[in-house]
Amino acid sequence: MTHDHHGHGHDGHHPEAPSDVEARVLALESLLIEKGLLKSSDVDEVISAFEHDIGPMIGAKVVARAWVDPAYRERLLRSGSEAVRELGFDYPASTQLVVLENKPGVHNAIVCTLCSCYPWPVLGLPPVWYKSAPYRSRMVSEPRAVLEEFGLRLPAGVAVNVWDSSSDLRYMVLPERPEGAEGWTEEQLAAIVTRDCMIGVAQPKVTENAAAR
Amino acid sequence: MGGMQGFGSVRPETDEPVFHARWEGKVRAMAQRSFGRYFHLDEFRHAIERIPADEYLRASYYEKWLIATQTLLLEKGVITEAELAAGHALHLAPNPAVARPAPPPLHARFKSGDRVVTKVIHPKGHTRLPRYVRGRHGVVRTVNGPFLLPDANAHGKPPDWQACYAVEFGARDLWGPDAQAGDRVCVDLWESYLDPEEER
Repeated sequence: MTHDHHGHGHDGHHPEAPSDVEARVLALESLLIEKGLLKSSDVDEVISAFEHDIGPMIGAKVVARAWVDPAYRERLLRSGSEAVRELGFDYPASTQLVVLENKPGVHNAIVCTLCSCYPWPVLGLPPVWYKSAPYRSRMVSEPRAVLEEFGLRLPAGVAVNVWDSSSDLRYMVLPERPEGAEGWTEEQLAAIVTRDCMIGVAQPKVTENAAAR
Repeated sequence: MGGMQGFGSVRPETDEPVFHARWEGKVRAMAQRSFGRYFHLDEFRHAIERIPADEYLRASYYEKWLIATQTLLLEKGVITEAELAAGHALHLAPNPAVARPAPPPLHARFKSGDRVVTKVIHPKGHTRLPRYVRGRHGVVRTVNGPFLLPDANAHGKPPDWQACYAVEFGARDLWGPDAQAGDRVCVDLWESYLDPEEER
């Protein structure tokens, strides 16, 4: 440790002592590093993978392809994992992706009431709300109320199918292509497919921004 | 947690970061490097479920991951309490070969469209039969697997490969007349969780 006195507060370090949880993490981390079970670069790799490489942009590309290519859509609905790999993305063998097709009169949404299962290879890591007690408890018992909290009000004529992921299958929603996006490129289409659309708590919206891309 | 009440509304965060602090990424990395090497996902889920209920509800997601990772690394002898107290390594970690056996061919008792009823069971250990669908009538929608039965796998019991079914339940059959007619909940359920409807 050096004893220079400038730069404090500007170097990104917390001046205060680490919190209890940070201290516990540090203790376990240093033990695993000392034992050769973890490299400090592992942490950077994991963080970087989820911050840059694995995220909802993958799922959005899959959805956009399915919207423009009916044969691909069929393959996607038959085997999600294979169809994702077909576009050049990794889909690990530890789970199988099942894609749920929204259509007129049927709206799908996903949840994991037992833990927080999530199709991370196509959507990245789940947001905190997906892992939270309110969503996990209420999405199966009062899905329409939860969807309204997200601003999605579905008419009674649309059946809500909620999929509680509890096994080695991971579910992802294939939303309906919205009206007003005719003739768009795949890239334009992918831009309106948000994470929430593929969880099933939102529907794609045609925006001027996306149309102008 | 399916069907529990009293947790309030869902509160999405605007511009949520992937990790809220670097320690969360560290916890994820430590757990990921241990999966398939020192423990598997069913053991990990059970370790999270073993957290006392009041602590479970208070802890953040990655705090639960930290507790479960440390618990399992201790139980598997990868680290010891003495090492945690001393703050440095006192012995070499074991280097087990965790081979995941290849699944056998699928043998399925039920087919798509079969009416089934879930068992009323209350296991002390890990299970993937959510409470809110115990003793309920449903319809097999898809046949999948075979997958390892988590109830056995989480406890180091011999591998029990079973067919696993996406079973569809009517929302009103689960929640009563306040639910919207026509709404459905689909849950993946292992074969031993299910009986054919006519047997009951």
